[in-house]
Amino acid sequence: MTVTVSDFFRESANWAFLVIAIPTLYAGWRTVSSNNIVRAVLYLVVALGGSAALFFMLGAEFVGWTVVLVYIGAVIILFLIGIMITRAPLGQEADLSHDRNVKAPAALLSTVMFGVITWGLLDAFSNEAIAPFEPTSTNELSLLIFDRFVIPFEVVSFVLLAALIGGIALARKDEEVAS
Amino acid sequence: MTLVQFLIVGAALFSMGLYGVITRKNAVLILASVELMLAAVNINLVTFDVYLQDVLHSGQIFSLFIIALAAAEVGIGIAIILMIFRNQRTADVDELTLMKG
Repeated sequence: MTVTVSDFFRESANWAFLVIAIPTLYAGWRTVSSNNIVRAVLYLVVALGGSAALFFMLGAEFVGWTVVLVYIGAVIILFLIGIMITRAPLGQEADLSHDRNVKAPAALLSTVMFGVITWGLLDAFSNEAIAPFEPTSTNELSLLIFDRFVIPFEVVSFVLLAALIGGIALARKDEEVAS
Repeated sequence: MTLVQFLIVGAALFSMGLYGVITRKNAVLILASVELMLAAVNINLVTFDVYLQDVLHSGQIFSLFIIALAAAEVGIGIAIILMIFRNQRTADVDELTLMKG
């Protein structure tokens, strides 16, 4: 079965996909190219929200809501706090990227990488359809995490604990050393 | 829906993240670009999980682990940037040349 362009647009789910994917990619591009530091981080919200919407399309509800809660809820706040504390140029245009000497090779490298990945994907999977809208229940996922994947889960818990302690130890002011 | 359309979105986001990591000067924005790359990897994992109809849902569970590790990474990263800013008065990676000979 070969999927042609007209087949692609006949399926209504693909229109929903385009409505999600195009803003996601635009927001991703503005995240790495915007000259306003707060806007760059807020575009990252849109890009991550778009990825969460793609997860909902694929039926991965729990992963989607985790992205919304952890990334958009917590990580973005950390970014904004980091920006404010490091006294970055808030609310104005500033020189946040390297000049053309770095941008041109970087654009070339990322374009070539995107081309190679896309070519490989189209070569391998160009006609594979994906079953839409079969939601994975949170119940099923949690049973797997606390049964089959319980040791990796505990390891991740320890990594988070170490990161918490490390973050506090790094970021607090050391009075006796400072004096 | 085809498999490739999701994977291409992931590849495009990953390439943009790579571009951002190379070209950005501000350390916080480099971390943001790394987050973009991790989101792209998550899209790939979940797509293949749905495509393969995996009974263990390894792709979705692995992407949950990646989300947790990304949160830890950002916490540590911001703490390191704060410490560097306190000592060097800048978050611009070009000016942090302390280890240059």
